[in-house]
Amino acid sequence: MFRATLKSLLARKVRLILSGLAVVLGVMFVSGAFVLTDTLGRSFDSVFADGFSEIDVNVAAKPKVEISELEGEQTASPLPAAVVDRVTQVPGVASATGIVNADGARVIGSNGKVVTSFGPPQLGENWTGESDLLQLREGRAPQAEDEIVINRALATTAKVQVGQKVGVLTAFESKKREFTLVGVAGYSGDRDSIGGVNEVFFTTPVAQRLMLGEPDTFSSVTVRAADGVSDEALRDDVARTLGADFEVKTGEQVAADASASLKEGLSFFNKILLGFAAVALLVGTFLILNTFSIIVAQRTRELALMRAIGASGRQIIGSVVLEAIAVGLIASVLGLAAGIGVGALLAFLFGKLAGGLTLAGIGVPAAAVIGSFAVGLVITVVAALLPALRASRIPPIAAMQDVATPDRPLTKVTVAGSLVTGIGAVLLFLGLSGNAGGQTLATILGGVLFAFIGVALLTPLISRPVVSLLGAIFSWSVPGKLGRLNSGRNPRRTAITAAALMVGIALVTGVTVILDSAKGSISALAQDTIKAELVISGQQGGPRPPSFDPGVLDRTKALPGVQLVDGEYGDMARIDGESTWVTASSDIASLRQIFGAKATAGDIDRLGPTQMLASSDTATSRGWSVGSTVNVQLTRGEARTYTVSGIYESTQLTNPVTLPATAAKDFAIPQPIQAFIQLAPGARVADVQPQVETLLADSPEVSVADRDAFIKQQTSQLDGLLTMIQILLALAIVIAVLGIINTLALSVLERTRELGLLRAIGLRRGQTMGMITVEAVVISVFGALLGVAVGTGLGAAVVEALKDEGITDLILPWGQMGVFLGLAAVIGVVAAVLPAVRAARINVLGAIAHD
Amino acid sequence: MTATVGQQAQAAARANDVWKVYGSGEAQVIALRGVSAEFERGRFTAIMGPSGSGKSTLMHCLAGLDSVTRGTVSIGETTVTGLGDGGLTKLRRDKVGFIFQQFNLLPTLTAKENILLPLSIAGRKPDPAWYDTVIDTVGLRDRLDHRPAQLSGGQQQRVACARALVSRPEVIFADEPTGNLDSRSGAEVLGFLRNSVREHGQTIVMVTHDPTAAAYADRVVFLADGQIVSELIEPTADTVLDTMKKLDTPAEVGN
Repeated sequence: MFRATLKSLLARKVRLILSGLAVVLGVMFVSGAFVLTDTLGRSFDSVFADGFSEIDVNVAAKPKVEISELEGEQTASPLPAAVVDRVTQVPGVASATGIVNADGARVIGSNGKVVTSFGPPQLGENWTGESDLLQLREGRAPQAEDEIVINRALATTAKVQVGQKVGVLTAFESKKREFTLVGVAGYSGDRDSIGGVNEVFFTTPVAQRLMLGEPDTFSSVTVRAADGVSDEALRDDVARTLGADFEVKTGEQVAADASASLKEGLSFFNKILLGFAAVALLVGTFLILNTFSIIVAQRTRELALMRAIGASGRQIIGSVVLEAIAVGLIASVLGLAAGIGVGALLAFLFGKLAGGLTLAGIGVPAAAVIGSFAVGLVITVVAALLPALRASRIPPIAAMQDVATPDRPLTKVTVAGSLVTGIGAVLLFLGLSGNAGGQTLATILGGVLFAFIGVALLTPLISRPVVSLLGAIFSWSVPGKLGRLNSGRNPRRTAITAAALMVGIALVTGVTVILDSAKGSISALAQDTIKAELVISGQQGGPRPPSFDPGVLDRTKALPGVQLVDGEYGDMARIDGESTWVTASSDIASLRQIFGAKATAGDIDRLGPTQMLASSDTATSRGWSVGSTVNVQLTRGEARTYTVSGIYESTQLTNPVTLPATAAKDFAIPQPIQAFIQLAPGARVADVQPQVETLLADSPEVSVADRDAFIKQQTSQLDGLLTMIQILLALAIVIAVLGIINTLALSVLERTRELGLLRAIGLRRGQTMGMITVEAVVISVFGALLGVAVGTGLGAAVVEALKDEGITDLILPWGQMGVFLGLAAVIGVVAAVLPAVRAARINVLGAIAHD
Repeated sequence: MTATVGQQAQAAARANDVWKVYGSGEAQVIALRGVSAEFERGRFTAIMGPSGSGKSTLMHCLAGLDSVTRGTVSIGETTVTGLGDGGLTKLRRDKVGFIFQQFNLLPTLTAKENILLPLSIAGRKPDPAWYDTVIDTVGLRDRLDHRPAQLSGGQQQRVACARALVSRPEVIFADEPTGNLDSRSGAEVLGFLRNSVREHGQTIVMVTHDPTAAAYADRVVFLADGQIVSELIEPTADTVLDTMKKLDTPAEVGN
């Protein structure tokens, strides 16, 4: 029995290749995600281990506000220079060095543009001399106030050479300051940078002033242990001497902690990739289900014979499942291998993109192997279960006669489909209306999954009228008519094939509906609300938002034709122990007028130095009212008490908390990141804009744009997101295309005799191919149509649920939908090529004699 | 009245007042109307009748492939009627063999693997002596490693016969075994079936509409309109043909 199964599997290997391919692609996605994140994770480990290899013990002040990797770079609190002396006196310390090391040193390249970073920080540091790790490659160390050394990676990107004047923006000065580049540094092992980090080294006093904002402070103290003193012992001694206000760690701990925070981001990334893998696998499941169903149908006689000569129903199920296991195993192995390749390739690209991250060797984590086999096997077996069950119900008598397989009524499947769709709708409703009891995301995802399966079950019923209508377009020719009839012949098969395409298209459509609606709603709101003709802002490339010289604000205000200027600062703060995004405005009255904010309580037109404003949503959720006092800890400085003096109505554009302008000096970035400019009545944008541009000459990170351009630029971030999602979902669509090819190929095989007959009575080769193509196009357009409909439904549901979040307009991307349908037609033609060629090549005589 | 024939204790298969009705209402077709028959052990019985007489249905019911509407069917000591899927599977494994008109060999397996398939499905080892006897009787020793596609129709049907014989079933049901063969190959297969009855005591029930084929049997049972209408012992092609001709006028047969 086992042998018969394997032999029959081998004989039909071509038929199983395509369904296997679907599993291969899905598994590839899974293992690729694991390999990528594992490789990057280990690369970070080694980068940090290397970067901190010269440190035995590290002393830092406790950060005032803890920030996760996803929110941006952590800003350390400076510690006084006196700490260095205290550490030096601890017995066992060979040397203690005060280090300045902070994000925000941005070099202006030879092209006049600021060098941006994709992820690694842009560190400004004090030069503390060469070490085993860091050496000067060219020139000398910085000695004067206006001298700097930069690392080789940065010198290469910025295209600057030793001896040149280089403009630098620093953490405390977003106005260009010129330095002379006196040296270029590199790392041991001929590396230009560690982990793609860009570094600017100043003299210590300059670094302290520009990167930390205070003289005689350091970011950290690095300690080298005397011979024979262990790092751990020294760490404990130093910690005891300094007391609880400091974080004292060994170099290894610092490296591990730094790496761990990046890995947190990676694991999030991994989950997203796995989510898309799940979509691909869902589509693959449809494909496998269909393939096995068709194979079982084609083997009816053979299976009936097995039953007639004594095989039990269970043995038949076993044989089909065994086949599935074999296909799943082979596909998992191939998928794992492909995933390792893809993971390695992506890691390589990521390393390039992140500015030359030195990759650790490609590793295959156990999770990739286990995940691949679990997913590959489970998906294949689950998908084959239904066909297996059907196979076991073939009566033995089918071996003796052509049992007419009557069209099984669609009642059962329709009832089941309605039920499952209903469950999906209920789950979606619960999830979207926020009644899912803390499991909102899981409930929504479950709802979407059920909805997909439910619609797939309903598809056979829908397929008859729709397919016949679609096919009517082609009915003017005989091959077209035959193709149309063929596609309506087996509604279940057509339905599952189309449903596989539906899933991908529905998700893309749904996401497009949601994002377009969000974009449209926000744009409309911004158009209505923002009464500023000009906006100063920049494109954020890395973790740090672009900022500019606060002096620009006053100078802009002084320009003729400018009425109001509102410069905005932002930071992550801890308010009453909770992380909260806070903003400060340079001019609270201008802010109020430009945004037309409405007070719901208190006074929002002015703000004293210890007063703050909150949005109505924030006030409600935190239980604040006018007069409430709260404890605010900003990135720098001591915690202070603020009193809520006014509450403004929440809209999509309002910030949760607004602090007075004086608070901004303690923000991580103490410079404005945006400014809104309202012109005086009669002033022309064309006149004012060039003048503001001139003022921004020394702040090359930002530019001034009119309001429409600004809104467009802001919402264009959503376009990037949409493109990314579309790329990730493309795999699901590719698998669906494989499904169409597979169904057609199997149908052609099944109808060999019939095709031979048609050819015998005069159908030309071209007509035969046309017939197959029409069938493919009808199926794929049907799938896309379903997808667009379901996706619009899902998207509209989400938009409806987000009404309170400010997404008020439902915008349907008609153009996109049209593109999907057109694309589906093309997909159909492409998918039909191989099966059509095969059909056209059928030997007429052989086909008629075919049994 | 239903004809009751061949009352013997040694029955390998027995039908007792079997009715088979398909469909209901206006579409109702009565395929068998109270058929009672016994098929003795160690004999070769042919079932004959014009198209639509119910001969295939009778065989399917006897073999447990189809359920009966009324009455009972038994094979050896086992009552087939009322058996569940498990029971029927066991019955097919242990007591019944099939030979089909379309040969029905698995194209992916060699002749030998096809012959041994029923045993391997049941998880049993073949009896080597009996296996050799079967192979020699059907004369396939030099063809054992061939696939069905590499064999002629007659050879394929001999493989199918060997497959049915190798598990020594209580009874072999053959459904038009020569329907797809030329007359020489047909004669070979029929001769071989008769030998297996004479020499090895095999019981065979064969459905056919070919009088020449029926003449190889020890006994022929005639069906018309779902009823047994006549039988011949030690038939010849001529007597069978004569009887068949009379079936058009059932009144004469009744005597």
